[in-house]
Amino acid sequence: MARHVIAAVDELPPGTRKFLEIDGRPIAVFNIKGEYFGLMNRCPHQGAALCEGPLIGLAQSSTPGEIEYTKLGEIIRCPWHGWEFDIRTGQSYCDPRRFRVKAYPAHVEPGASVVKGPYVAETIPVRIESDYVVVEL
Amino acid sequence: MNIQFRESQEAASSLTVKTAIADCDIHPARATRTELYPYLAKRWQHHLEVYGVHAYQGMMEGPPYPKAQPNASRRDAYPPEGGPQGSSLSFMQQQLLDPNNVQLGVLNPLNTGQGIRNHELSAALCSAVNDWQIDKWTSKDKRLKASIVVGNEDGLSAAAEIRERAGDKNFVQVLLLSRNVEPLGQRRYWPIYQAAEEAGLPVGVHAFGFGGNPITPSGWPSYYIEEMVGHSQCQQSALASLVLEGVFERFPKLRMVMIEAGFGWAPSLAWRLDKAWQRLRSEVPHVKRPPSEYIREQVWWTTQPMEDPERREDLFDVIKWIGWDRLLFATDYPHWDYDEPSRVLPAGVSEANREAFYLGNAKKLYGIS
Repeated sequence: MARHVIAAVDELPPGTRKFLEIDGRPIAVFNIKGEYFGLMNRCPHQGAALCEGPLIGLAQSSTPGEIEYTKLGEIIRCPWHGWEFDIRTGQSYCDPRRFRVKAYPAHVEPGASVVKGPYVAETIPVRIESDYVVVEL
Repeated sequence: MNIQFRESQEAASSLTVKTAIADCDIHPARATRTELYPYLAKRWQHHLEVYGVHAYQGMMEGPPYPKAQPNASRRDAYPPEGGPQGSSLSFMQQQLLDPNNVQLGVLNPLNTGQGIRNHELSAALCSAVNDWQIDKWTSKDKRLKASIVVGNEDGLSAAAEIRERAGDKNFVQVLLLSRNVEPLGQRRYWPIYQAAEEAGLPVGVHAFGFGGNPITPSGWPSYYIEEMVGHSQCQQSALASLVLEGVFERFPKLRMVMIEAGFGWAPSLAWRLDKAWQRLRSEVPHVKRPPSEYIREQVWWTTQPMEDPERREDLFDVIKWIGWDRLLFATDYPHWDYDEPSRVLPAGVSEANREAFYLGNAKKLYGIS
């Protein structure tokens, strides 16, 4: 695994997402209420750009007539066929045995602890003090 | 180590040349509410502004069931210049036609003048949509072919529209929807089949439409998913009616295309029809041959949304009954239940069948060289 600087923290505020490609792999990184999540931006079902879908909750029913709606904003719904995946685990909730989307760990590291790539150097040099969002893959 | 990151530019440049396909179900949309006005007489423009359109359904506007995605379409299919999904030729080229190497794309406009209770308005809107298909789509991209939409509840004006367009190479079929006021084999629709047969054009029957009836034969269901599944039931009723009213017998050169309603049910419907026909033949003496024969000889099927059984052998068994020469690949772009060309057909299909499925059958049926 290599670490990739993909954005300064203040470039990716809560409620936003960033699309990028690393080594030919389409990735999206989300900031959900201060937590960061990275996902492969390709639905394992038919290959749609999964991360362009809305973030919804998980509707479940333990017994008919009772519905629980949990994981608010943590379920990504594919823009094509509506397949639902848990953004924390990549787990599909419709047919978990068959489909799971690749999840990439994303976290924040202090700016000084990683070597900054050309993107950072070229485009946001004034933010050298800021922390950067890093993706591992 | 750290690796250089660049904004994604590769999606467009990394295209590999794919095998050519036909897409037999593409839905072009209007970018604006008034986009058809240049093709409508002032009288009808005024009518739309003052009175609006009233379909054969209880609700004033909208489809019989709400949809699961905006405009029932892919969320990634909004054109960058604005407008609803499917309303931009350049974006359709960029998102669908070019990357998938679509050699033949058949346009099936859905929200036209079909199913409208004012039959004169219905005919005027359908004719306008036919002009619009040429102006906005087929004249600007030769891969695209149009469908003649007709005022379905008035067979005579529908037939007149078909005759007016006959021979125009912009059009490759006549388009009906599956939900009509009566089952599609009824006499009121015969002029449509007669005119299509004369013109040498197949008649496509696409799921949806407005007939005032629920999607199921047992009442109004609760959920959109029941409408999605109900398209098959609805299409089965339409096909049974076509067979049993003797439409295929009366118009032996008529070719019908069942669009977006599945095909897995075809063998069981045909078997049941055959069985009943053997016992009740004297009720319908105009049906001279077993129903399955008409279905196998005069009916084609678009694939999307493809049946996806757990065992691919089950799919192959159904296709074997229907015939590999009868399936027409379709994506349903830009609708949300789009089928991705590279992902629908399981492994284990011969090269010849694969070619027929993706391209050959469509070119042959629609007369494209």
